[in-house]
Amino acid sequence: MSRIEQRFAELREQNRAALIPYVTAGDPEPGATVPLMHALVEAGADLIELGVPFSDPMADGPVIQKACERALRFGTGLRDVLAMVAEFRKRDTTTPVVLMGYLNPVERMGYDTFAETAKAAGLDGLLTVDLPPEESEDVVDLLEQSAIDPIFLIAPTTSEARIDHVARAARGFVYYVSLKGVTGSQSLDVSALAERLERLRRHTGLPLGVGFGIRDAETAAQVARVADAVVVGSAIVRLAEEHDGDGAGYARAAAAVVGEMRRAMDAARSPGAAATV
Amino acid sequence: MDKIDWAAFPDARGHFGPYGGRFVSETLMGALDELQQVYEQYIGDPEFMAELDHDLKQFVGRPNPLYHAERLSQELGGAQIYLKREDLNHTGAHKVNNTIGQALLAKKLGKTRIIAETGAGQHGVATATVAARLGLECVIYMGEEDTRRQSQNVYRMRLLGAEVVGVKSGTRTLKDALNEAMRDWVTNVDDTFYIIGTVAGPHPYPAMVRDFQAVIGREAREQHLAMTGRLPDTLVACVGGGSNAIGLFHPFLADESVEMIGVEAGGDGVETGRHSAPLCAGQPGVLHGNRTYLMEDENGQIIGTHSVSAGLDYPGVGPEHAWLKDIGRVNYVSVTDDQALAGFHRLTRTEGIIPALETSHAIAHVLDLAPRMRPDQSIIINLSGRGDKDLNTVAEREGITL
Ligand SMILES: Cc1ncc(COP(=O)(O)O)c(C=O)c1O
Repeated sequence: MSRIEQRFAELREQNRAALIPYVTAGDPEPGATVPLMHALVEAGADLIELGVPFSDPMADGPVIQKACERALRFGTGLRDVLAMVAEFRKRDTTTPVVLMGYLNPVERMGYDTFAETAKAAGLDGLLTVDLPPEESEDVVDLLEQSAIDPIFLIAPTTSEARIDHVARAARGFVYYVSLKGVTGSQSLDVSALAERLERLRRHTGLPLGVGFGIRDAETAAQVARVADAVVVGSAIVRLAEEHDGDGAGYARAAAAVVGEMRRAMDAARSPGAAATV
Repeated sequence: MDKIDWAAFPDARGHFGPYGGRFVSETLMGALDELQQVYEQYIGDPEFMAELDHDLKQFVGRPNPLYHAERLSQELGGAQIYLKREDLNHTGAHKVNNTIGQALLAKKLGKTRIIAETGAGQHGVATATVAARLGLECVIYMGEEDTRRQSQNVYRMRLLGAEVVGVKSGTRTLKDALNEAMRDWVTNVDDTFYIIGTVAGPHPYPAMVRDFQAVIGREAREQHLAMTGRLPDTLVACVGGGSNAIGLFHPFLADESVEMIGVEAGGDGVETGRHSAPLCAGQPGVLHGNRTYLMEDENGQIIGTHSVSAGLDYPGVGPEHAWLKDIGRVNYVSVTDDQALAGFHRLTRTEGIIPALETSHAIAHVLDLAPRMRPDQSIIINLSGRGDKDLNTVAEREGITL
């Protein structure tokens, strides 16, 4: 069983939703990232999405764009990010780590080199926002050989026919983009989301994660009632801007936000709260 | 080279060999499917084509002339030089051929809002123009660096009723404007049509923009045959994203005797690293929805480009060019800023035509090429645009305050 499967199985057993924080690797400086990852886990993260800095983050809003720019001041590249994963694995062998980013850095490294290096580092999944399943066949084969799950997105605009196609290619979990827009947008509609997730469940048995637009503990709790995982990015990454040059301060602030979300999500799933769904 | 069925490219999923394709976030896949469907439906539809032809004739002023630059040909003492006068189109460049076509498709799709990216501002102006004519809301994204270089075009767009958004992220040039337009599209995909200005982006844009620009080559081929009784020997065009070049080249691809040369922006010289010549000095990668040649560092980050001409200042290039380079059908070269400036002045003084700085790159290459050819041979240069927008840039470089 992969680390991702294992983690979702445990959570299902406990009737909890996974909390998945996203942070951009190398933001605000390279040395900050591994301690930050450990701090997030201690605060209640179940899985970590580690952003690979890219010069042209087309699918991201201003918060993550700026995070990429801060990380790129130090030239943090994909090899550095994989080294961070390997470093994290020295102390944490159970928390799954998924890279999230754009295809070009992976393409430049070479898919076979990436798959090998990532496997050795202890990476669990790869989500490239600009790689739809249609273009991914060769990559997916190489990833599978290295036991790395290709994570795919489903959007509000994805047609019923495509959902099947995407779900067939996906491994680990399916990432539902909760709104039309870039990361950090602010108009998540929870009731529409519940209905949408119900429909998705007819197409896939994989856990359903929801991301884009989850800004606070309250929204995280609402989403936790209907989804298997809650992905939170900009709400955490915006703290790095306030703590530029202070990685430890960023880790403390991020852990506080994650801890608050964890408590709100668990309360929302507790037997007493179930009635309010 | 084996015989290639040029009409078979791109394939159904937008691939030109290993290049092209559709590398976008999931949210846009549905909109691209929809666009591909209307484009395929209308591009062969006689009624739509008649509407397009009518607009190109009555609004754009097509066909424009293929002009024999006799004096320049004589001075250079080699091949006969012909200029395909895209600068005479309404709005002053080839860009409008494409915006007219895409705006008609936007109407068919019932979209009420148009967005576009622009570098030199020519595509922005051509988009704002068709939006004004159709009464559609229009937002143009332009890198902040370019709004400064091309301030006249910014004012033109505003006069036409467009909102011009200065993009402050990244290198603040064309690539960042494209990123921002994509972000807008992903947010407003229900009512918004994104008019991409060149043969880049995800499928079907590279094929669709090519088909709208191919009117350049179809006219030029017919005109050259009528004027000389034969095909030209060589075609030369500047390559930014590559739309004016592919527009001229495409209708000649099957004519094996016709040589084609795409001229990229060499900036300070390709050897300095300060240039915009991905085909000459880049390598394949994925950006802005397609696989193509890119300028990138060892980590796959896109690097800043440099060119005196804002319209060529782009780190990628249309995927069809990437493929035409690899199979050897088109030869790609580069020309420096200084050479382009010399081409600008030479054409202005010899023929009384002030070309755009983008176009001046193609002219500069011909200054070098024509003398090596015989007087019974001919070259067609795609005169992609007029130079009015560049007068400030040229004056500034030469220490003149206007
Ligand atoms: C006059 C002119 N020529 C050429 C270009 C370059 O674009 P493309 O390579 O798509 O023709 C531009 C772009 O702004 C332009 O304005």
